[in-house]
Amino acid sequence: MPDISPPIHQGASTRTSRASGSAFFDRAILGRATGDALRKLNPLSLVRNPVIFTTEVVSALVTVLAIRSAVTGGEWGFAAGIAAWLWLTVLFATFAEAVAEGRGRARAESLRRARTESRAKLLVRPDDRTLWQPRAATDLKLGDVVLVEAGDLIPSDGEVVQGIASVNEAAVTGESAPVIRESGGDRSAVTGGTMVVSDWLVVRITAAPGSTFLDRMISLVEGASRQKTPNEIALDILLAGMTIIFLIAVATLVGLASWNGQPPSVTVLAALLITLIPTTIGGLLSAIGIAGMDRLVRFNVMATSGRAVEAAGDVDVLLLDKTGTITLGNRQAAAFVPVPGVSERELAEAAVLASLGDETPEGRSILTLARDRHGVTSPALPADAKVVPFTAQTRISGLDAEGVRYRKGAVESLIKAVGADPLPALSQAVERIARSGGTPLAVAKEGRLLGAIELKDIVKPGIRERFTALRTMGIRTVMVTGDNRLTAAAIAAEAGVDDFIAEATPEDKLRYIRDAQAEGRLVAMAGDGTNDAPALAQADVGLAMQTGTQAAREAGNMVDLDSDPTKLIEVVEIGKQLLITRGALTTFSIANDVAKYFAILPAIFVASYPELQALNVMRLTSPESAILSAVIFNALIIIALVPLALRGVAYTPVGAAALLRRNLLIYGLGGIVAPFLGIKLIDLLLNLFGIY
Amino acid sequence: MTILGWAQIALVLACVLLAAIPTGRFIARVAAGERTFLHPILGPVERAIYALAGVDPMRGQDWKGYALAMLAFSAAGFGSLYGLLRLQGVLPLNPQGFDGMPPYLAFNTAVSFVTNTNWQAYSGEVAASYLSQMAGLTVHNFVSAATGIALALALSRAFAAGKVSQLGNFWADLTRVTLYVLLPLSVVVGFAFVALGMPQTLGAYVEASTLEGAQQVIALGPVAFQVAIKHLGTNGGGFFGVNALHPFEGANALTTSLQIWCHQVIPFALCVTFGAMVGNRRQGWVLLSVMLGFVIAATAAIYAAEAAGNPLHLAAGVDAALGNMEGKDVRFGQALVALFTATTTGASCGAVNAMFDSFTPLGGMVPLFLIQLGEVLPGGVGSGLYGMLIFVLLAVFVAGLMVGRTPEFLGKKVQAREVKLAMLAVLVLPATILGFAAISMVLPAALSSLANQGPHGLTEMLYAYTSAAGNNGSAFGGLTADTPWLDTTLGIAMLLGRFAFVVPVMAIAGSLAAKVKVPEGTGTFPTHTPLFAGLLAGVILILGGLQFLPSLALGPLAEHFVMLAAKTF
Repeated sequence: MPDISPPIHQGASTRTSRASGSAFFDRAILGRATGDALRKLNPLSLVRNPVIFTTEVVSALVTVLAIRSAVTGGEWGFAAGIAAWLWLTVLFATFAEAVAEGRGRARAESLRRARTESRAKLLVRPDDRTLWQPRAATDLKLGDVVLVEAGDLIPSDGEVVQGIASVNEAAVTGESAPVIRESGGDRSAVTGGTMVVSDWLVVRITAAPGSTFLDRMISLVEGASRQKTPNEIALDILLAGMTIIFLIAVATLVGLASWNGQPPSVTVLAALLITLIPTTIGGLLSAIGIAGMDRLVRFNVMATSGRAVEAAGDVDVLLLDKTGTITLGNRQAAAFVPVPGVSERELAEAAVLASLGDETPEGRSILTLARDRHGVTSPALPADAKVVPFTAQTRISGLDAEGVRYRKGAVESLIKAVGADPLPALSQAVERIARSGGTPLAVAKEGRLLGAIELKDIVKPGIRERFTALRTMGIRTVMVTGDNRLTAAAIAAEAGVDDFIAEATPEDKLRYIRDAQAEGRLVAMAGDGTNDAPALAQADVGLAMQTGTQAAREAGNMVDLDSDPTKLIEVVEIGKQLLITRGALTTFSIANDVAKYFAILPAIFVASYPELQALNVMRLTSPESAILSAVIFNALIIIALVPLALRGVAYTPVGAAALLRRNLLIYGLGGIVAPFLGIKLIDLLLNLFGIY
Repeated sequence: MTILGWAQIALVLACVLLAAIPTGRFIARVAAGERTFLHPILGPVERAIYALAGVDPMRGQDWKGYALAMLAFSAAGFGSLYGLLRLQGVLPLNPQGFDGMPPYLAFNTAVSFVTNTNWQAYSGEVAASYLSQMAGLTVHNFVSAATGIALALALSRAFAAGKVSQLGNFWADLTRVTLYVLLPLSVVVGFAFVALGMPQTLGAYVEASTLEGAQQVIALGPVAFQVAIKHLGTNGGGFFGVNALHPFEGANALTTSLQIWCHQVIPFALCVTFGAMVGNRRQGWVLLSVMLGFVIAATAAIYAAEAAGNPLHLAAGVDAALGNMEGKDVRFGQALVALFTATTTGASCGAVNAMFDSFTPLGGMVPLFLIQLGEVLPGGVGSGLYGMLIFVLLAVFVAGLMVGRTPEFLGKKVQAREVKLAMLAVLVLPATILGFAAISMVLPAALSSLANQGPHGLTEMLYAYTSAAGNNGSAFGGLTADTPWLDTTLGIAMLLGRFAFVVPVMAIAGSLAAKVKVPEGTGTFPTHTPLFAGLLAGVILILGGLQFLPSLALGPLAEHFVMLAAKTF
């Protein structure tokens, strides 16, 4: 077997967790994040986050109260302690966001280097590449035509209008092997910041300054242009609503508690409020979003918006091209089918000789099959042999050795070429091969038909299991192919896809997507050609290949820098992981409230009703210690969960029911239990160090 | 607690469930405008009503049209009832010659019956004429219940179909529910009550001589049929001041059991209706099981607390076998009182067959907490279902993300707009209950109504606003309710509890109806499983109940622990 390329990717979660683990503990990032975290305390920017903004306002209030007590000579230690930890709560939240942003920044720096001042060779007349004038890359306008020669950086995004060259795109994709760019066809898009390593190109600029692919990538990885995604907005509303509810619950305590004795102090009520409102998820929400995008970036996929990442999690239908995604790019010999009177071995030997000069993967696969199946080793090319190469006209190739003509090729062409009578047995074999999804090649020796070779599309190993996993996740896979229905059906069955579109035209794809969307399904697809552009634009998630055309790259809402359409599957997983992380931490945050009540309620009312001490189930040392412990826990839990927020909750492709059961157990039940333990522990420590 | 007691509870609940299934399916048929076995008799009546009112039952309304029709109908109902109560002194059917109700009380009472609350700041037998009771209060017992059911049907339709704008016709729903559901059931139950010894007369009160030779006035009236709809429509407003504890309103264990059956059957049946309307019966069962679970748990909590009794009484030598019998009648017993209390407060009915004020602190906390949880367990007729569906949307949203998709319920995506409206609705209860209660606890004009000191006093005030905002209508007791402050603020609380909740709910219905119905798959968040039932229960407790915990800690919980410490006020 020839080696299999491109490799099937591992699941996104395992791949990304490794990367993020190291980055999180990167000292430089942490140092810079601390500075950013302080800068983010600016209330004007914090107001976008209602929960943390509330926390900040309350922190300021308690600080003022503590200072007033200190100035007037009152008891201020407790208030100062609460104020300090409330500020830390805010700071931990902004820190989480800063760390998430910092992780993308390193990538942005390297991208920026590629964008550094380059001089463009602006052609005076687009059709004359001898006459050009220098122009700063940043001054290029849409539609300008520039010359790029070996050693030049391509000044901006564009379309090759003339020439062919190899281009090193490592600056953008991280892949150092040069790729071919040429005018016309599906390989005509070039990216600013990449370098022509040989030959030359004439490029028409297609991006306005400041909005090139590289610019967009930089702002994307830095999170500068980040907008809240629909689910994030909905979650924000829920959190704001809960904040208001608890604000009411706490504020009204002033009136309710004054019935019997003194109402609790503002400091204590502030502590109660902040521990009850969902600060954990409120503090981590934007970090989760940024980290989700970052995970995609690390995976070498650029999404134009967070909305697209979120939509990826919602996808119900995946449209996958057959070639390169589901099957290996080329067909391989799978069987020898001799006509009556010819042995399989005889056919195999003839086929080997006919293919000796054939360097295509198909030809080599015939040699491999003959060796593995029939022990026919390939002889060295005889000295006097003459190779007959394949041409599109003859559709036949072969070898003339020792005066014998060995030929193989498309069945009808070969029959015509050798002038043999069509054999019914051969026709039957050919028919059967076509029906099972294969391609038949006929073999002849000295004008005599020996039989057929069955060439098959080889389904990528492991892909069937991936489709099964996708099905468990509730995602239908649809194979898109230009093959006829028979062939397509056979391959679809072998690969285990749920549906296929045979003899697909771009219009077919578009129609399929629209139909699925009309039923309320979200569709994802990958594509690279200009033909794919309408479908990419129509799909909810359109993953364009970096090697593809400019039209495709603009139509899609994600670009895969590795140009591997199989990654669509991982993109879906990353989208799901993002949503799961949000849901899990929200659940955790809300579930935390139960324990906090048990810590704080007895503490604040114990003055009025000492008997309420019975509710102090954690047996916390003193009211002050109980309140402070809850506030400290509430702050520390944010920091403790930052790695989880950045890495994302582990995702395994199981059904929704199993996923819910597991996550509810961990984050729901865990969210109820964890603070009981945490608050008790903090109380013990406070006690141990003699603070309370 | 005794086995016999639990057997009574199980028997009544079993009868409720057995009846809820066919009733629920029947309501679904009525909602769809299908022909039922009652059509030969009531069909012409229905058509006559449409003809008289100029209503085209086939003309659908969008959420705004539906909500506006409901608001207009309720406003008209309020106006006419207010007028009737004010003018009852000069209107017929007033054998006792009662005067018109004073303005504050009439406002409070009119709001109370229009909102299906039936909070009673008056005592029926000394303040309401027969005309007011029959043409005013009883009529609203029917139509406020039908309004609630209609709204629930409209919301259910939003889940049933994809990409529609119309939620049905309010006038048709109102008419059909009244005619085919409430009226027939009330007639049957009314006759049953008459057979069980409940009065149904337009005659004047009877004067009697007691054995000691004293003169006594025995209040009578058209009781049986009003009590039938009072329970069937989860209204709860008693004909008599002491409600189902009055011997003519709750004669014996059988009457009380039938009353429990009445105020449970339609709320539970509507879960079945929902399942039928959205084409997912299991979904209906999940909602029903959560409601039932809470009812059983609450009953057990009350039963346990009351059967255990008050340790201070026991220490004083009271027979421990009976438990705490203060405020309860031996003809019902602890088990039926516990079940009645849990169901009447869980169902937004508000009828009582015992005095909560005399319960043990924990026993009294349960009804309070049940109302605070949003009146969804099983809640009032209709209002229970739509309130529960709001919790379902929140549960789906919070936990639904955990399966890695935009949360969806029955194929409808739950997005920012729904979350916003749901949070608006959920805010109403805490804002109204805690807001008014907190002000009242520092306002001398309000505090003068309180009969008790200490945490019990707080509970009494908290309960009044809870009952009003939850549209329950039961009274905890110990509170002089007919004061300008309480009449007015409790009236406002009732209005907010009904309409400030319902309008966002209808907006949600409109928004959901317009959405595509996403087909279900293995990646869809499963909402018809026991796991989801557990999740929903957790969300109701945490999102619905947690905000009330501080106030409960200061009220009943404090009272409980103080009692254990043998301290009194």
